[in-house]
Amino acid sequence: MTLLSHIPVPSIHLNLIATLAAVTWQLARNRAEDEDAALVKRLREGDEEAFLALVGRYQASMLRLARSFVPSAAVAEEVVQDTWIGVLRGIDGFAGRSSFKTWLLRILVNRAKTTGVREDRSIAIGDAGPAVDSARFDASGAWMAPPQHWIEDSHDRLLAESMADEIRDALEELPGRQREVVLLRDVDGLTSEEVCDVLDISEGNQRVLLHRGRSRLRQVLESELGGA
Amino acid sequence: MFRRREELVCQQIVELVTNYLEGALPGPERRGFEAHISGCEHCTEYLEQMRMTILLSGRLRTSDLTPAMRQEFSALYSSWRAEGR
Repeated sequence: MTLLSHIPVPSIHLNLIATLAAVTWQLARNRAEDEDAALVKRLREGDEEAFLALVGRYQASMLRLARSFVPSAAVAEEVVQDTWIGVLRGIDGFAGRSSFKTWLLRILVNRAKTTGVREDRSIAIGDAGPAVDSARFDASGAWMAPPQHWIEDSHDRLLAESMADEIRDALEELPGRQREVVLLRDVDGLTSEEVCDVLDISEGNQRVLLHRGRSRLRQVLESELGGA
Repeated sequence: MFRRREELVCQQIVELVTNYLEGALPGPERRGFEAHISGCEHCTEYLEQMRMTILLSGRLRTSDLTPAMRQEFSALYSSWRAEGR
């Protein structure tokens, strides 16, 4: 491992990994939508198991997203419960124009917004500072303090369970709107269109928030793992 | 390293990374981005780190319902049924 860690990973391998990840992601996404549609059909027929299966699929995502809007975990749980009651009442009217997931999360966001708002959601979208501290570039805009290595040197650490906790903590520290976009895009795997739909924001704002959020997460990883 | 004035510099590249990954850069800017990346090891590394950051976020997995939550939602379902939908 020590020997291997000194051999740089050619970027073509990383590109290949990224492409494979994208293909896998799309397949998983299609399958998940088909499964949702089947569960929704059973729910309409009065199948309690289908309801519990849907709750199981989305509970964690919903709690995370709700928690981003409201001031406490207890309130987030209430919002999620309330959302499921709304789903049960509204399922017959769900026309399937959007995916079930988008429909569900829109209900959640609407309820969360009317329930209570965390302070950090008031930060303006454009107000988040640069992706990388400007002190790390020289007057011409070239790197003066370049990114510290952390990918090649720390594969085993990256895949460790403790890394998930680091990322969860870093996500929790993001300003609210950035956190919501990163959660939905990168953790829950929604498309940019779906995120705009769920959060009721423009494509442009979605990209700005995603950029700020991801940039900050990268910085946290560099600080944690850099110079390893 | 010599740069013509219209070429993108590192500090601009780090602000364009997300638009690049989102496929939202117009043609000329995308080509400028790729030209810079191909000649700059630090920005290449930066781009790879952003990709890895995204992959790592995607590894956070959702947990299954605990038995207590299952019971809670089963009760919620029953009371909704009892309302007479």
